Amino acid sequence: MNGNGKKKRIGVFVCHCGVNIAGVVDVERVAKALEGYSGVSFSTHYIYMCSEPGQNMILETIREEKLDSIIVAACSPTLHEKTFQSVIELAGLNPYQVEIANIREQDSWVHSDKEKATLKAIKIVKSMVEKVLQNESLEPIRVGVTRRALVIGAGISGIQSALDIADHGYEVLLVEKNPSIGGHMIQLSETFPTLDCSQCIMTPKMVEASRHPNIRILTYHEVESISGYVGNFKVKIRKKPRFVDPDKCTMCADCEDVCPQIVSDEFNMGLSFRKAIYLPFPQAVPGTYTLDIENCLGLLPIRCGKCKEVCEPDAINYDDQETVFEEEVGAVVVSTGYDLYDLNHLGEFGGEKYEDVINGLEFERILSASGPTGGEVRRPSDGKVPKNVVFIQCCGSRDPENHNPYCSKICCMYTSKHAMLYKHHVPDGNATVFYIDVRTGGKNFEEFYQRTIDEDQVLYVRGKVSKVYKEGDKIIVWGVDTLTGRKIEMEADLVVLAMSMVQTDGVNELLKKLRISSDANGWLSEAHPKLRPVESLNAGFYLAGCAHGPKDIPETVSQASAAVAKVGDLFAQEQLLHEPTVVPVDEDLCSGCGICVTICPYSARELDKEKGVVKVNEVLCEGCGACAAACPSGAAQQRNQTDDQIFSMVRAILRG
Amino acid sequence: MFEPQIMCFLCKWCTYAGADLAGTSRMKYDPSGINLRVMCSSRIDLQHILYAFRQGADGVFIGGCHPGDCHYVEGNYKTLRRSILFAKMLEDLGISRKRFRLEWISAAEGRKFVQAMNDFTAQIAELGPLNLDKMTLNNQKDFSHE
Repeated sequence: MNGNGKKKRIGVFVCHCGVNIAGVVDVERVAKALEGYSGVSFSTHYIYMCSEPGQNMILETIREEKLDSIIVAACSPTLHEKTFQSVIELAGLNPYQVEIANIREQDSWVHSDKEKATLKAIKIVKSMVEKVLQNESLEPIRVGVTRRALVIGAGISGIQSALDIADHGYEVLLVEKNPSIGGHMIQLSETFPTLDCSQCIMTPKMVEASRHPNIRILTYHEVESISGYVGNFKVKIRKKPRFVDPDKCTMCADCEDVCPQIVSDEFNMGLSFRKAIYLPFPQAVPGTYTLDIENCLGLLPIRCGKCKEVCEPDAINYDDQETVFEEEVGAVVVSTGYDLYDLNHLGEFGGEKYEDVINGLEFERILSASGPTGGEVRRPSDGKVPKNVVFIQCCGSRDPENHNPYCSKICCMYTSKHAMLYKHHVPDGNATVFYIDVRTGGKNFEEFYQRTIDEDQVLYVRGKVSKVYKEGDKIIVWGVDTLTGRKIEMEADLVVLAMSMVQTDGVNELLKKLRISSDANGWLSEAHPKLRPVESLNAGFYLAGCAHGPKDIPETVSQASAAVAKVGDLFAQEQLLHEPTVVPVDEDLCSGCGICVTICPYSARELDKEKGVVKVNEVLCEGCGACAAACPSGAAQQRNQTDDQIFSMVRAILRG
Repeated sequence: MFEPQIMCFLCKWCTYAGADLAGTSRMKYDPSGINLRVMCSSRIDLQHILYAFRQGADGVFIGGCHPGDCHYVEGNYKTLRRSILFAKMLEDLGISRKRFRLEWISAAEGRKFVQAMNDFTAQIAELGPLNLDKMTLNNQKDFSHE
């Protein structure tokens, strides 16, 4: 029945698809079998329904036969459902009045018994007739768009995203949990394959972001929660107390000089020290000191209070409080970056026991002109210049039995860069690289790697390292050269491990809050691995950088710009259309038990305590139907997939 | 020879797409099952399964996304939890739990779909017909949804 209680007039169009369907399924018999079946007032077959003559035939037949809805028995709905929806819209019908019976991918292509395939096709078509018979005509749900974006994480991916969105003319909130923007890229020494100084190319971007009128940088802030839906999110942001007013701080360093608390410096990967009140690094944006309350002696002036005493511009405020505030945005770019796999997982390399067994980021700081050794290669334990350096690749990567199964992608190139830069610093030193494979897919990457071998005489040994241990002053590396089959025992002054990249600590908790799915390795999942690589399945969320998987800088920047192009698509729309096949509540049947409220993954359902029934925010509902299955009274019915529709389809399939 | 009838409820995002892939790859399998596309495997309720058995199904199959891959975040976990209950209730009603199967089949696993169909059909063939439709024919009035 249609909305008017009038019996529907349904047309059935069976496609031959050349011989793809007709070669196995007797299409004429299928069309004949549907004649007179409940509600069917017209049934025919044609060689190619999707062709222009086919579409025109459908169009004309709808007009001539005054059809209310149609079934196209053809290929999978993923291919031509949209095509036929447009056709019936041209005929003045609602697009929800067409259903596709999949008799190609799920019948003619998978069965060879013609009789059985034909009977199966008849049942499939009948089941779709039963469905369309009860389909309602629906209009998309329309909502407005807040043209303002949130970017979470301000490394290179977040900064690039924010700059691009801002240049499109939209406002951006750039949230960063650390005291400065810059991420890991600002820690790097030089970047492959061109050896640009990382700080030289990163600092101008950071400054640009800080000066852009459309960007509001919120450092030392964290995203607490996000509610709402695409185009209309409400974000709760937590401001951590910095105890220093960035507007007043002149970076004079007087506070730092008097601070008695010395702690390990995160920016230098623990290779140097900082005070409890500190500037993360000289080019920090915003340029302000931050008081790290965890390491501060205490805010009571009786206990210390030295920094406040010496601060001439009176920038230090011990009464600074943690605050949570709400902002409205329409789109969210998640660019939370990566961490390195914890060295403690690699007991065979001593875990974190040996000072001179370090990870790649620590070596970046040692190589950096602004690093703890002032750009000279000196090892952490005694500050000596190491003469034998062993680089080990794939530490924790490509090892599904013990560690991570995936390739961290950038390590081949940065190890090559590390070995090359080491040789530039210590020309008489020996650099040895243990590798499984060297992967240099990327513009000018292979040439760079060849240079490491040819011009800088770095020794590449194909094989894994089984053990790293200390004997006196020396580090001993046990490995194997798999090309010659020889065991290798080698002395080293410094060992650099290319640690696997992993998802940032704490991001998975954030993801759960954002309802963004991640893969088995913890990386964010894209909406489609090939065709929608920068969007999350959760509408309104976009992915940029390593939070989505290991990437180098050019790739990260490309992905950030691509994600912003998608944000632009969203913001270009006057109104957003939301799929109307949601699960409303029949208030007369709802007992207010609230089971559907707890089951909804989108918080689309809420108990109206006064009326004792559940209210549905249809814009939030994604139409999975989990609540419809759980509703004990049948009050929750999915539009165009009601229980009655499923029952009728089941009956047609089994008895049709 | 007994030819089983299998009612298959497939989630749109994974298993239905996996079944399509089996088609585009021209793999062949037993035609005993007919698919009904749902948005998520968690749309399926015990009453749909029981209804299918009463309408003559010899087996009921649910296909969903792999754990962690659900389009709707966690719908497949709901299906998993419910299916444990479904199997118990079927046993209580005198229907072997072997007549009900839940599989995780991704959009890339056409081969797995084919194997699942063939395997489940063979399993049902071994159990023989259920004939629940014939047993209840005389009591049609007792049931709604007719």
